[in-house]
Amino acid sequence: MFKTYFPIALLLILVLGMAFVIVLLSRFLGRRIPSKDKLSTYECGIEPTGDARGRFPVKFFLIAILFIIFDIEIVFLYPWAVVFKKLKVFGLIEMGIFLFILLIGYFYIVKKGALRWE
Amino acid sequence: MSWLTPDINFKIISPELIILIVALLVLILEPLLKGRSKNILPHISWIGVALALVSVITLWNREELGFNQMFILDNFSCFFKIIFLSGTLLVILSSISYLKEEKIFHGEYFSLILFATFGMMLMASSLNLIVIFLGLEIMSLCLYILAGFRRYDLKSNESSMKYFLIGAFASGFLLYGIAMLYGATNSTNLKEILIFTQGFENPLFLFIGLGLILVGLGFKIASFPFHMWVPDVYEGAPTPITAFISSGPKAAGFSALLRILLFAFGSLHIDWSFVLWILAVLTMSFGNVIALSQTNIKRLLAYSSIAHAGYVLVALVAGGDSGISSAMFYLLAYTFMNIGAFIIIIFLGEKKVNLDDYSGLVTKYPILGITLALFMFSLAGFPPTSGFMAKFYVFSSAIKSGYTGLAIIGVLNSFVSVYYYLRVVVIMFMRAPVDEVQKVPIPFFLGLALLFSVWGTLHLGILPQSFLTLAQNSIFSPF
Repeated sequence: MFKTYFPIALLLILVLGMAFVIVLLSRFLGRRIPSKDKLSTYECGIEPTGDARGRFPVKFFLIAILFIIFDIEIVFLYPWAVVFKKLKVFGLIEMGIFLFILLIGYFYIVKKGALRWE
Repeated sequence: MSWLTPDINFKIISPELIILIVALLVLILEPLLKGRSKNILPHISWIGVALALVSVITLWNREELGFNQMFILDNFSCFFKIIFLSGTLLVILSSISYLKEEKIFHGEYFSLILFATFGMMLMASSLNLIVIFLGLEIMSLCLYILAGFRRYDLKSNESSMKYFLIGAFASGFLLYGIAMLYGATNSTNLKEILIFTQGFENPLFLFIGLGLILVGLGFKIASFPFHMWVPDVYEGAPTPITAFISSGPKAAGFSALLRILLFAFGSLHIDWSFVLWILAVLTMSFGNVIALSQTNIKRLLAYSSIAHAGYVLVALVAGGDSGISSAMFYLLAYTFMNIGAFIIIIFLGEKKVNLDDYSGLVTKYPILGITLALFMFSLAGFPPTSGFMAKFYVFSSAIKSGYTGLAIIGVLNSFVSVYYYLRVVVIMFMRAPVDEVQKVPIPFFLGLALLFSVWGTLHLGILPQSFLTLAQNSIFSPF
């Protein structure tokens, strides 16, 4: 058991040491000229506006959650499409059942008005 | 790479399919129906559950594997499905009037209960750890939502949140344990794990994995060190859901535990039985002692449900044929008497949960008072109720396997429990009523559920032989 896991442990030690050394080196070798802009929060190069802990409508959250469901549907569809020829009719029916159950969920969401913004 | 078509066998999953289809149907109908026509949703649900119950009974005495050995149909799973489905039936019937009273009558409620039942049934009849995990998650996710179903009540929110956080934590443990077992045995199939454990050498991973699985399922059955969510969740959740959580998921957790411990790890009984011995003693003692000081009846029954998990653990420690059958009989009896007691709390509503509110109940509602007393006697373990027979079988199986000390601790614990169960009876019968509120007639379906659970409690107590034989016939062959 030791033999099989030894390379992984070695790699772990190497990686940690490497990261440590690099951070340390740049700290000692690099020149540091702090300025107001450099010390401010990084926000894609744009000057930060307001607090990050602002409140926003819960609707965004709902949309995000619903997005995940259909995103995962795509994740399932993609490998299925790759092996579609091997699975033949069986795969088609299985995916049909899967999509049907998801569609029921979609139907429920639309009918309940979860996607209506107003 | 070769590819095998899974052996799909719709016959052996017909009860699950019925439940699933009815749940989806209710989900579709919910937004389509308006106003009063929504009243048919609970009726569709309970008819679906009854149909599934019939289909389980027709599948009795058959043993078939399916879906690449992931799904097993045997009497063991059928017996547990009968427990789940009768529990669900009672909960659906008794919550119709409650939901209207609390103004939370939504179709999703029934749909989620049915999905949760589907998850439990999957857990009971699975032969693969991954499928057990899937069933557990389907069940738990629905229960997290149901616990917070009284959205405008802070306690219900708290209950849902606590249940979710701790439940997710427990699922993590379980999954980690499954990963460890896979690492040790190279399989998640219980049959292959069984073959592995009968070998000579068992790596450390195997025991770490088993321990983690024990932790994960310990949360679900509310055994001692993993019980802290129980009182808060039970208190905050809507009362029918409390009844549901305390019977169904507990039985589902035990079904998975029985299969894993006594089937896959049956040959290592010596190794794990001592751990369970300690857990059983602590669970029984803790539940019973803390329950003594409770003033809220939902919290009282929460601690009592911890204690009852301890009694079933005694049967698990005993192991063997009599251990398995007595655990199953206990869970069936517990479902009827526990949900029965909760039905009366459901009827009295969310505002009357203090023990003082029950004073003089018997003069106001004689039938409810007498039935609640019956359920309390049964929970305490008095003859001729089902609680007595269930405890009798559990403790006698412990003595048969040589765990006399454990049986003695169990009996002493039931003496302790008599105090708090009988306190409820004393308050109901011997104190004057506090308020003179108008008497409400008992709703028809709630009364039906009450009748059903009274029948279950008395039948299992007076004529236990028929159901005990059923349980004895449904033991999986240990190994």
